[in-house]
Amino acid sequence: MIMQDFAEAFRLAFGLVAAMDADLIEIIGLSLRVSLAAVFVAAVLGMPLGALLATVRFPGRGVAVIVINALMGLPPVVVGLLVYMALSNAGPLGFLQFLYTPAAMIVAQSILITPIVAALTRQVIEDMNFEYAEQFASLSVPWHTRIAALISDARYALATVLLAGFGRAIAEVGAVIIVGGNIAHLTRVMTTAIALETSKGDLALALALGIVLLVLALAVNAAVMSLRASAQSSAHA
Amino acid sequence: MKTIRSSFLIAIALCTSMVFAALGQAEEQSIIVQSTTSTQNSGLFDYILPIFQKSSGIRVDVVAVGTGQAIKNARNCDGDVLFVHAKPAEEKFVSEGYGVKRFDVMYNDFVIVGPPADPAGISGYSGAAASLRKIADTKSTFASRGDDSGTHKKELSLWKKAGVDVNAASGTWYRETGSGMGATLNVSVGMAAYTMTDRATWIAFRNKGGFKVAVEGDQLMFNQYGIMQVNPVRCPNVKASAARRFVDWIITRPGQSAIAGYKLDGQQLFFPNAARQGAS
Amino acid sequence: MLDQPAWSIASQLPLSVTGLCFNAGDTVLIDRLDLEVSHQGVTVLMGPNGAGKSLLVRLLHGLIQPQSGSIMWNGKRCSPATRLHQAMVFQKPVLLRRSVAANIDFVLGLKGRATLARRDELLMQANLSDKASQPARALSGGEQQRLALARALASNPEVLFLDEPTASLDPSSTQAIETAIGAASERGVKVILVTHDAGQARRLATDVVFIHRGSVAEHCSADVFFQQPASAVARDYLAGKLVI
Repeated sequence: MIMQDFAEAFRLAFGLVAAMDADLIEIIGLSLRVSLAAVFVAAVLGMPLGALLATVRFPGRGVAVIVINALMGLPPVVVGLLVYMALSNAGPLGFLQFLYTPAAMIVAQSILITPIVAALTRQVIEDMNFEYAEQFASLSVPWHTRIAALISDARYALATVLLAGFGRAIAEVGAVIIVGGNIAHLTRVMTTAIALETSKGDLALALALGIVLLVLALAVNAAVMSLRASAQSSAHA
Repeated sequence: MKTIRSSFLIAIALCTSMVFAALGQAEEQSIIVQSTTSTQNSGLFDYILPIFQKSSGIRVDVVAVGTGQAIKNARNCDGDVLFVHAKPAEEKFVSEGYGVKRFDVMYNDFVIVGPPADPAGISGYSGAAASLRKIADTKSTFASRGDDSGTHKKELSLWKKAGVDVNAASGTWYRETGSGMGATLNVSVGMAAYTMTDRATWIAFRNKGGFKVAVEGDQLMFNQYGIMQVNPVRCPNVKASAARRFVDWIITRPGQSAIAGYKLDGQQLFFPNAARQGAS
Repeated sequence: MLDQPAWSIASQLPLSVTGLCFNAGDTVLIDRLDLEVSHQGVTVLMGPNGAGKSLLVRLLHGLIQPQSGSIMWNGKRCSPATRLHQAMVFQKPVLLRRSVAANIDFVLGLKGRATLARRDELLMQANLSDKASQPARALSGGEQQRLALARALASNPEVLFLDEPTASLDPSSTQAIETAIGAASERGVKVILVTHDAGQARRLATDVVFIHRGSVAEHCSADVFFQQPASAVARDYLAGKLVI
């Protein structure tokens, strides 16, 4: 029975992709849009924050580093719940009318992955700053220029950091199902569709969607890596 | 260097446009219906909502959660219509001023499903309370939703009728999954446990694993669905007129016949029983 | 010459160090060191390993704070402000992970004077014009150090510190660096050079400061130092004996 489901899943996954199933394309599109937007927000907020923690000494920095590292383990369901409470019409940000829209899902995933991007960025930048610090001090580089230069010079490592954030976002279900509501054609993404098909007992279809999600993640990673390779080779040319 | 910078710029532009595209959605007229997993998982909404949208131009977005969660969300004004199946809780919702007026929409029934081996020996029973007592006596594993949903509330009332204190057995033969109907059915099949489900979800469920309906037909297992508008007085941002059009539609002939028309494997899943009166 | 410094006499000099002390825990690394350095030429710091030469230039450059004593640049206490008019080349060049040209531009940009002409001039002086668009870290060791020196000069420093800049370079690379140091000195840049290489000191030094066990054992003109050093440690060092 289970093995049948397994074989059926691969057949279905292939069939769905081959047929360019319209619903599937829509769901994939929304998954990518929401998760990439969250990665963008996390990059804009998390990278400078991580770089700041890596380069600037201030009281409470050690605590801040521990907190950010711990927040990497934020449970998606808790984030979903908090965002729901904030965006609910009975909540303080209800007037935004974000609940049950992709915007709410972007907010939740941004909260989820910004600490990941910040914490990993801090580690990457701290290692690089260890090498650059004396040279920067000698050149009297102002702190904001240091941060910009470190982020720019660490771009390849940071691309991997963003991929880690993207991986967490695209695979996450707990937060988006609460704040998005898994509404068909509006907020249904790959993971919530998988959850729905599982709850319908259609394990083969659920697994097929899972396979498509995996391929999607592979494709995004491959795209970033090839971009990186071509950037590196053009820098050598 | 130049290619890196320009590819970064392109990436930033793409992401920004994505954010705005995502924010700018949902401009057409639409309402949010807080409803239950049974109506969604059975495929009912996929069948009737396009019919409504075609005639009204209103898109209905369904958030399918347990009845308890749906009512909580509606209390927070996060929905325009509540469409669930736990009559006492619905009446409380209306009497406390959160809902406008409650209408019967349709019914089906609950069934107790169990493993092919039928360890409690209840196959063919029609008395719900008697079968549950037998399950308790034989300490046969039973999976409960345990999530304050309509189905869970119904199940608890039946245990009470059977005179079984399930709290005492929790974690032994009585297992609360804290999950939706589908997840609980998956768990039941996985550990050969009895469980109670609405018939619609059961018929639509694809992972039956040899399980069969063991107990059906008790009056006590009648499953009534009700619908009500979220009160615009209490929640000023609800879309009251669109919500009322949906409620009106579903409790009058067009909606009722759409419900009756939904069949899966040749079986009708829900039976319309609105009192055939408008919402106004 | 386009990059002739506006100041013909360095305003940061003379440098005057009195009673400088630096300890790491219980170990005394710089011990009540006194030193006077004038406007002129190339001052070379020599001495055995562990004498405190590298530490001393970092203290003078303001990268490290001493525990006691004073460092005065023409009457001004050593500070981030005095560092603005100084530059340093380290033994191991720390180049940004960018192109050769972008490394120069980074420093020019800090001073708000990033012009193509200035960049091209610096690259030409470093003999790196044809490698402008290459990644800096793909250069050879000698090229990297030439770039580091060009980058240090990009900020138009009054004082240029070099901490054993040729320690790991082959003779031809060493020669290129020495030529550039000499040219900078001719343009009026005060050079303070740490080296192990007595030959290099002979070729470049105007005056020599011999450091031993964290203080100045001898400070005199290069001619005097190499012909008749006054201190016994300097004599032994020049004679190739092990000095501890």
